Amino acid sequence: MIATKPGASIKGGEFLIQDIPADSVFIPEEFGEEQRMVAATCEEFLNREVLPRMKELDEAKSYEPIVGLLNKAGELGLLATSIPEEYGGFGMNFNTSMLVTDKIGASGGFAVALSAHTGIGTLPILYYGNEEQKAKYLPKLATGEWKAAYCLTEPDSGSDANSGKTKAVLSADGKHYVLNGQKMWITNGGFADIYIVFAKIDNDKNLTAFIVERDFGGITMNEPEHKLGIKSSDTRQIFFNDCQVPVENLLYQREGGFKIAVNILNIGRIKLSAACIGGAKAVAAQAIQYAKERKQFGTAIASFGAIQHKIAEMAVKLFASESATYRAGQNIDDAIQALIAEGMPESEAKLKGVEQFAIECAILKVHGSEVLDYVVDEGVQIYGGMGYSADAPMERAYRDSRINRIFEGTNEINRLLTVDMILKRAMKGQLDILGPAMAVSKEIMSIPDFGAEEEEGLFIKEKKVIKNLKKAVLMTAGAAVQKFMMAFDKEQEIIMNLADMLIEVYAAESALLRVEKLIGIKGENAVAVQKEAALVYLHEAVEKVAWAGRQAITSFAEGDEQNVMLLGLKRFTKIDPYNLKEARRRIAHAALEAGGYPF
Amino acid sequence: MKILVCISVVPDTTAKISFTDGDTKFNKAGVQFIAGPYDDYALSRAVELKEQSGGTVTVLNVGDADAEPIIRKALAVGADDAIRVNAEPTDAYFVAEQIAAIARQENYDLILMGRESIDFNGGQVHGIVGELLGIASFSPVMKLDIDGTTARFAREIEGGKESLEASLPLVLGCQEPIAEWKIPNMRGIMTARTKPLKVVEPVGHDSLTQVTQFELPPAKGAVKMIPAEDAGQLITLLRTEAKVL
Repeated sequence: MIATKPGASIKGGEFLIQDIPADSVFIPEEFGEEQRMVAATCEEFLNREVLPRMKELDEAKSYEPIVGLLNKAGELGLLATSIPEEYGGFGMNFNTSMLVTDKIGASGGFAVALSAHTGIGTLPILYYGNEEQKAKYLPKLATGEWKAAYCLTEPDSGSDANSGKTKAVLSADGKHYVLNGQKMWITNGGFADIYIVFAKIDNDKNLTAFIVERDFGGITMNEPEHKLGIKSSDTRQIFFNDCQVPVENLLYQREGGFKIAVNILNIGRIKLSAACIGGAKAVAAQAIQYAKERKQFGTAIASFGAIQHKIAEMAVKLFASESATYRAGQNIDDAIQALIAEGMPESEAKLKGVEQFAIECAILKVHGSEVLDYVVDEGVQIYGGMGYSADAPMERAYRDSRINRIFEGTNEINRLLTVDMILKRAMKGQLDILGPAMAVSKEIMSIPDFGAEEEEGLFIKEKKVIKNLKKAVLMTAGAAVQKFMMAFDKEQEIIMNLADMLIEVYAAESALLRVEKLIGIKGENAVAVQKEAALVYLHEAVEKVAWAGRQAITSFAEGDEQNVMLLGLKRFTKIDPYNLKEARRRIAHAALEAGGYPF
Repeated sequence: MKILVCISVVPDTTAKISFTDGDTKFNKAGVQFIAGPYDDYALSRAVELKEQSGGTVTVLNVGDADAEPIIRKALAVGADDAIRVNAEPTDAYFVAEQIAAIARQENYDLILMGRESIDFNGGQVHGIVGELLGIASFSPVMKLDIDGTTARFAREIEGGKESLEASLPLVLGCQEPIAEWKIPNMRGIMTARTKPLKVVEPVGHDSLTQVTQFELPPAKGAVKMIPAEDAGQLITLLRTEAKVL
């Protein structure tokens, strides 16, 4: 049922039905010298200018320190990596901008302020602006002379973004749209020079986007919100009272706003995963350092198995998330290049490339933010009592992490989207899951193949496990959709289960492919610990897929059907036993030796 | 004005130090290398001087091909071109000879480098280069301004600071706060790949010195805390345990 396809032609979502060859995936070890230099600049900037001030920034009563840091980032060119050279940027590829996001990710609220500017603030103009709009705004956004904010959410319109009430009415002379409404949770709201505002013209069904300059007037705002975390970022409610927006500042097209919002969010989601990786690496390094220094019962707590387990789990989850994130990042770059080669204009190709991998973007958003939450939670635990103290760094990291499961679409919305997009693509004939799903439903009715003739090669058994996990997803999803048909979308619990299965399959496969590729480059001995990490992740993924599958199957199948499917699930979640305790200890030792995330 | 900046490639300050070949060679395995931090300050000042009054900045390193990413980082910071002398920098005289050989061909107005490299901390290269070229050398220079063909600079001396004036050409060993620390910006990184990096073969003698053995300092012992009320015990311990009194 599963065919092999070369990497460049892999489409979004196809990981579920394809065998992916290791040499087709990008791994972060392949970043070149120039990209490493870009990453080093980010690290140096953070180490010198931001990280020593984290406590001060967290407690600051004004946005001045963050604005100052954004200006410095602008001087270094860090706000312009994705902007083409003709608009004063550096036109770096997608995965390099992901690397920048990863490196800046360690800086909590500052990272959020920077991403809001470079991502949701700048990208709508970059991708949807006309020539005049791009020429007018992008050079100033590239240097940071102007800061940007993105105004989508309203008090009664959050996840249901298209239900916003903000109105735009054309003035009598036809020269302006008059904007009225209220927006909330606006990052950089207090100091932004331009706002991307979504509103409905007259009684339109769908949103339209506008580029609103602060100086257009009619803009007032509340004091900054009191937030749980990322306190150094400035978040506000903003009110538009007869704000006069020149008609030429309508972005893209009337009622095109929702499309902008959705597509920009795709980019935001995968980048959020990169930022979470960066944040989690920094937290892991601190926790590992603390575990080495903190002595109890006469010895460093790092020598205890319970602590080593936590350290290893941090590294394992991070390894999988990092592998998956840069793998998808390169898929997007490849898709963009292919579309440009077909003659599509660059900015359109960039959007389409990301849209093509929107499923992976949603998967990564969930995985990355949950890995970060795991790492900060165990980070607090390793710090013990000090973890609960605002004088040690874990308390802030713990608070800062939490927003990532909420913004850029909550993790629930992203789980729903993951499954929804796969099904929609299947129905449109873009993703052939029907055939493979039918094949699996036949397979579970037949006698199991005991695999007499074993193939030779690296990770043959593990790849079989991955293949089977995919079958488990196809079996469960296929049966559930068949059962509920049009009412399937009302079964959110089952959709959550399926999303969890998909997420684990993608992450586990990415980690394994990365190690397989690494072995090809460096040899097995040099990457023994990475191999352990991929294997530990795979074993955990199998358990999670089995658990989620069982939840789903028992909720909709009964009697014989249930028995057959549960047996099938058991068959598809079989994996040879492995001493995970010892594997985790070896990973923990590597992390302790490295003084942080060891890969 | 033509400025030559010599950079050393040294282990990162956090690197674990060990030796091989019967403790006669530094073990490079697993060690992260960086440009010498003092050299970075020299480079930063050279770039500032160029930005103020024009001229060119050339970066020179004596080292093997592994040094090239670090050399390109110097180009990203703002140097115009680079020369790598393809040889292991075995000792101060050997390195100085290479620098002098290149300087003789190019007539630089200023030759800047760190006050010392942070690996072997010899602090001799600038002095030897000055001697070989027959021009003055000063170190450690913490402030530097150029006015026509005159350099005005300040140097740290025992118990104070010395302000000096000398005519170009000069060799100067530099240290902070001679310049603002520079992080390579994106434009610099993007243009670094287009800047020339010339590789030349070494000249002159082989190394004149030879290492017979390296030895690590003894590991730090545990700190013993003495309660304030037993302060007298400190004297006893300094006599009997630490044996420093």
